[in-house]
Amino acid sequence: MTIKLWKGNEAIAEAAVRAGADAYFGYPITPQTELLEYLSSRMPALGRVFLQAESEIGAIHMVYGAASAGKRAFTTSSSPGISLMQEGLSYIAASEVPCVLVDIMRGGPGLGNIQPSQADYFQMTRSAGHGDYHPLVLAPATVQEAVDLMSISFDLAFLYRHLVVLLADGILGQMMEPVEMPPLRTLEDQMPGWALTGAVGRPPRNITSLYLGAEQLEGLNLRLQAKLAQIAAYEQRWESYRTDDAEQLIVAFGTVGRIARSAVDQAREQGQRVGLFRPISLWPFPAQPLAQLSRHVDSILVVEMNAGQMREDVERIVGGPVHFLGRMGGMIPTPEEIVEALPMKPKAQVHRNGSNGAAPVKRIKERSYAPSA
Amino acid sequence: MPPVLERPIENQTNNGSPVLEPVYCFPDSLRDVHTHYCPGCTHGTIHRLVAEVIDELGIRERTLMVAPVGCAVFAYEYFNLDSCEAAHGRAPAMATGLKRVLPDQIVFTYQGDGDLASIGTNEIIHAAARGEKITVIFVNNAVYGMTGGQMAPTSLPGQVTSSSPAGRNPAIQGHPIHIPEMLAGMPGVAYAVRRSVHSVAEIRKTKKAIRQAFQTQLDGLGLSIVEILSSCPTNWRMDPAGALDFIRDQMVPVFPLGDFKVIG
Ligand SMILES: Cc1ncc(C[n+]2csc(CCOP(=O)(O)OP(=O)(O)O)c2C)c(N)n1
Repeated sequence: MTIKLWKGNEAIAEAAVRAGADAYFGYPITPQTELLEYLSSRMPALGRVFLQAESEIGAIHMVYGAASAGKRAFTTSSSPGISLMQEGLSYIAASEVPCVLVDIMRGGPGLGNIQPSQADYFQMTRSAGHGDYHPLVLAPATVQEAVDLMSISFDLAFLYRHLVVLLADGILGQMMEPVEMPPLRTLEDQMPGWALTGAVGRPPRNITSLYLGAEQLEGLNLRLQAKLAQIAAYEQRWESYRTDDAEQLIVAFGTVGRIARSAVDQAREQGQRVGLFRPISLWPFPAQPLAQLSRHVDSILVVEMNAGQMREDVERIVGGPVHFLGRMGGMIPTPEEIVEALPMKPKAQVHRNGSNGAAPVKRIKERSYAPSA
Repeated sequence: MPPVLERPIENQTNNGSPVLEPVYCFPDSLRDVHTHYCPGCTHGTIHRLVAEVIDELGIRERTLMVAPVGCAVFAYEYFNLDSCEAAHGRAPAMATGLKRVLPDQIVFTYQGDGDLASIGTNEIIHAAARGEKITVIFVNNAVYGMTGGQMAPTSLPGQVTSSSPAGRNPAIQGHPIHIPEMLAGMPGVAYAVRRSVHSVAEIRKTKKAIRQAFQTQLDGLGLSIVEILSSCPTNWRMDPAGALDFIRDQMVPVFPLGDFKVIG
């Protein structure tokens, strides 16, 4: 077991290589360009395909082609590039070919900036393209976790013949951390029964997303929905931190989940009983475990680097309004800021009159985790 | 729809009567199904030529087709080949993905003029710039057929379409795009020609060109493209014979037939 310092983007790239990626197609965009640069020498050195595409549109449709041949194909980009890829993502989902996408989010909307952001939570979890589907979205909080999730993402993509997205932000892509890399996997040359290989001694195969008849297209949609239900049942991932005796719960994902962990420790030092729930799979969202936890806490604070996109999921799951702290445009919440935003104040700060300065949180039947603003 | 002919029964007799040599068969590379093409549309003729060439080169079992968005969107149901259906204009990118992971297979796209010369210009130009070893069958009918005959980048000056009711005015709507001429200047392109299917003689020449385009890929020389002037009687509001005359009299003068690049 060797632990080495890795830059996030390069670590993710190497993890994809070790997971048996056959082909990579991509286009430069900060803050994920190191992925492309790293793979430009690493993939050819192993006799695998690397191609810098003419655009993100080109890249995703090249992935679509390579994936149609049954290969482990992937691409990487960041927010504006992902917007361009949405066409291909939708076709890939409809055609049920496996595909892995890494999205190192940056600030938006528009060209925005190259600072870290979580503003594309909706874009990825809601559909990542036109039509009725969700990709399987995994959100790591550390470089090690990004490597671990990357290592299983092709397996998940092939298991479900679906789109798997590793959703991170510029911090994770750019930071260096100690990582234990999994070994380089040598895969048998896979020949899935649906792949385009040339119709040798068998009827031809077609890969298409076109179903002109309403009944046929509803049939495809029903099949997709059944598959998504299966993914929802089996692929929920999350982490709970110091939640056993928590009165206040923070919910945060990715990089913010990691910052929130420090906030939990700080608040605990001040005598507050705070815990963290960190969804790792954003779709499917780990609804059941969050709902369960919510029954044992008095308040919930959602922290995100966006205007409250995951908050909508959390409120739907816990059945009421929650507190929210959001930074945007590349601003990163600090642990202190998060502690400050906790709705219940530490005992030391309790006001003379006995109130803690925040709106009282009552245990009522119709549960509310925040004053309805 | 291509004519469906019974395959002659080979070597039927050994009693001294002459053995029949097949001279005209239904191609293995086509499926024996009805197509949805309009009467007089030459997509079917072009399908047949491509299928015959694939048969004659003996590459059916290693050929992969990328179908377009356009009237030929169902080409994958008509060809007896492993195939896929690309998004509008993206066929060269999808073909690139296939060819890069399966370099020993033969990959071709079949694209209309809206697909290739409008929404898909980025994809075709960069596939050509990279010298992707794919073959492009580019069917130019001077309109967007599938969506009802709107103006295409290849519509003729003065051509009345459902979205250029006053006729295409180059001062406002620009001039027709000449794809093989454009691509011929690129080192990655090994074969760039224009043909037509408005007469039997031209159909024969088109087949030869398609054959050479696939041979170019087999020889690993670079991208090969055959633009084929094709009829759209429905959207041109003409009878099938009049549509063929339109190609000869109106389209050929704007889109000259010929070889713009031939390597090998
Ligand atoms: C992204 C996108 N834009 C528009 C369309 C609608 N559309 C379908 S076919 C077509 C035009 C096809 O014309 P052409 O490529 O010339 O082929 P033809 O139908 O004439 O054979 C268009 C615009 C689409 N399917 N996808």
